[in-house]
Amino acid sequence: METLMSFLVGILFMIGTYLILAKGLLRIILGTSIISHAVHLLILTMGGLKTGGPPLLGLKNTSYTDALPQALILTAIVINFAVTALFLVLSYRAYKLVGTDDMGQMRGNADE
Amino acid sequence: MSWLHIMIVMPFIFALLVPFLYKFFTPRIHTGWFVFIVPLVLFLSLLKYIPAIADGKTVHHSVPWMPSLGINYTTYMDGLGLIFGLLITGIGTLVVLYSIYYMSKHRESLHNFYVYLLLFMGAMLGVVFTDNVLVLYVFWEMTSISSFLLIAYWYQRKKSRYGAQKSMLITIFGGLAMLAGFIMLSMITETYSLREMFNQVDVITAHSLFLPAMLLILLGAFTKSAQFPFSIWLPDAMEAPTPISAYLHSATMVKAGIYLVARFTPIFGGNAEWFWTISSIGLITLLYGSINAVKQTDLKALLAYSTISQLGLIMCLLGLGSAALYFGYGDEATVYAAAILAAIFHLINHSTFKGSLFMVVGIIDHETGTRDIRKLGGLMGLMPISFTLTIIGSFAMAGLPPFNGFLSKEMFFTGVLNASQMNIFSMNTFGLLFPTIAWIASVFTFIYCMILLFKTFMGRYQPIKLEKAAHEAPLGMVISPIILASLVILIFFFPNVLSHYLLQPALIAILPIFAQSGGIDVKISAWHGWNTELFMTLGIVGLGTFMYIYLKKWSRVYGLFSQRWTLNAGYDFAIEKMERFSQGFTNRYMTGFIRDYVVYIFAVLIVMIGGSLWLFDGIAMDISNDAPISLYEGGVVVGMIIAAITVLLAKSRLTAIIAVGVLGYLVSMLFVIFRAPDLALTQLVVETVTVALFLLCFYHLPEFRKETVRMRFKLTNLIISIGVGVIVTIIALSANSTRLFEPISSYFENSYDLAGAKNIVNAILVDFRGIDTMLEIFVLCIASLGVYTLIKLRLAGRD
Repeated sequence: METLMSFLVGILFMIGTYLILAKGLLRIILGTSIISHAVHLLILTMGGLKTGGPPLLGLKNTSYTDALPQALILTAIVINFAVTALFLVLSYRAYKLVGTDDMGQMRGNADE
Repeated sequence: MSWLHIMIVMPFIFALLVPFLYKFFTPRIHTGWFVFIVPLVLFLSLLKYIPAIADGKTVHHSVPWMPSLGINYTTYMDGLGLIFGLLITGIGTLVVLYSIYYMSKHRESLHNFYVYLLLFMGAMLGVVFTDNVLVLYVFWEMTSISSFLLIAYWYQRKKSRYGAQKSMLITIFGGLAMLAGFIMLSMITETYSLREMFNQVDVITAHSLFLPAMLLILLGAFTKSAQFPFSIWLPDAMEAPTPISAYLHSATMVKAGIYLVARFTPIFGGNAEWFWTISSIGLITLLYGSINAVKQTDLKALLAYSTISQLGLIMCLLGLGSAALYFGYGDEATVYAAAILAAIFHLINHSTFKGSLFMVVGIIDHETGTRDIRKLGGLMGLMPISFTLTIIGSFAMAGLPPFNGFLSKEMFFTGVLNASQMNIFSMNTFGLLFPTIAWIASVFTFIYCMILLFKTFMGRYQPIKLEKAAHEAPLGMVISPIILASLVILIFFFPNVLSHYLLQPALIAILPIFAQSGGIDVKISAWHGWNTELFMTLGIVGLGTFMYIYLKKWSRVYGLFSQRWTLNAGYDFAIEKMERFSQGFTNRYMTGFIRDYVVYIFAVLIVMIGGSLWLFDGIAMDISNDAPISLYEGGVVVGMIIAAITVLLAKSRLTAIIAVGVLGYLVSMLFVIFRAPDLALTQLVVETVTVALFLLCFYHLPEFRKETVRMRFKLTNLIISIGVGVIVTIIALSANSTRLFEPISSYFENSYDLAGAKNIVNAILVDFRGIDTMLEIFVLCIASLGVYTLIKLRLAGRD
């Protein structure tokens, strides 16, 4: 399973990177979104998969899945959500102001 | 703090007071009168040291500066330092006096002028009285900076700024090289003290860093003293006010390099490399300067080139004299030591006559409004005092009796003649070059001295070309050049007083092998029979007169050399090319496109991580500990890949957004499979909100544009993204295959006992690692504030 997950993470990274290298602003945001998913899955995979029951003591399992990566991912998801929201509004704002979403045209300023 | 320390610090402290004095007393009293006191007091107190130094004593005091680094501010005075100190303060006094009459107290910003001047004076005293090489370097750079400020004193003029920048670049370049040399020396000897380095000459000579250290220190000396080919800054420095040209660019700062060479002769002298570098560079500079001086039409430019040439002469003598250290104490050493003596003697002589000549040129400029030789002429009757002073100065420079230049010129010829008979350092091959080149350079020196004198004062007076009617300068302005010119004559008639009190102690400082014997007893006399040197002088006068008369005929030769092939043109060309190159280079990679920078970042990531994984053999794959895969899980993974590819290939933005949503929900499904209920919950909620946000923006954002980009562009993107994907996969696999130690998570399984919580993940979030959560809340707050601001913000005149 871990090997499969590693490949999945790699593929997600690949697609995310390709999107980030695109010109349209929306594609770039989608790319970062995919990469963040990949990162969350990577953290989870590295903690070892299916080594026990869910980390809830009430379930009286003999062993539990590693809880630390889950806590880390939970933090990461929330932070990522905040950043994505800001990024989206920023791109909306930039589009309103500049009139384009083409990164090739969003370049430099008149003073340069 | 000793008196010597106070002397060095005094100009700096006084420089702080100058602006206040200027503010309160201008225009009633010229600020220069206050400044005048400083060098005068310093000069008089330095005179006090002469008897002690002449007896062979030295003065040194130490004040800790950075004791933990071994850097102490140690002052040290011996004969060499004393001569320079006397020159700096003595000529400084006269220059300040002269500047009081030269610089108008109504029109000029005198506070700047005198602050810079005092800074320079203090720095220069620091250079010559310092024992610690790093402190010496600090003062050295301060002279460069104050010289820069003084050259650009009239900063409204473009040429001043150009000259200042050029001198700054060249002297700082040399200064930094010198610092590197000093550091090498201190690495060899493990001390920063010059006096302690003198005791370790054998260690230094044997060390492999000997040659680099020597060359780097010489680079500093050559740039500062305007030696070939670094001489180009000096003529451009003539844009400075004339008192500054007289002080810095003829008498003191340009001799800092001479001081450095003399100071380091005990360490490096007696070696063939030192001997050849200094004497040949000096000789080339001598010839180059004198030939170029003849073709100048600006009086100050002529004097600048003559300074270059005379500095070359002194440098050459120092090189020749360093051979004395090769022989050790004895008769042969005495013969070559005479060259060192001649160098110091000429150093003093040059300061006197060049200082006075600059001041006279300043007077001519001040009283006629021009320094152009072609416009001047026939001033003899109108300016008799200046005329007399010029005769004294230029005859001394040409090396004619009865002026001090004659004595040092004869001694110079003695030096080169002796050198030509030397049979060390393979001198027997090139020996004859020295007297020949020296003689040719002296002929040119004679010619430009005559040009300076006769073209200015003889011939026809042309009042139409002049801005003002020429008349004699006020008395105050001629006092300083008169004092200097009297010295020129006095030294000729009483050279041995100078020799006994100043030259001998300096000689011992440069050549310590004479310390026991108390120096060599050289009687400088004006007449020493019909010898070769005298015939050489006669030849110079003869040929020089002849060439001066037919100057118009042969000076057309200068026209043959195109302006494009001068050193200056080379310097300008190099500066321009370097600017162009770096600009072109920067423009090439700083494209301004985010995409390019992202490509750089990813490329570095691939190369660095991939390379180190490869090099350190970090790639591993071990699937033995893997959890089993069920069909259901495989299906989810395949679904995720399909969703991701859909995002990639989507033609419309709606499809892409929905595909990202699908991807997010499938991720939360994986969280369910991998026993992470909290994650699954959060992921579901967050994904829902994110998709909602996307859809909100969706309305405002433009439709997907077709990515109309070239194939090559897409290929780069493809390669980069595949590279990133592969690298991440390899890292994940390798990390998974090599688990170095057990996880610490079993500790958190005590969460009920420790924190009273049954949900371990939540216990970690709010109890074990609560700070993370707090800061994460901050992140959310800031983001929401940012979103609010971005939406509410209305920039004036925008939307």
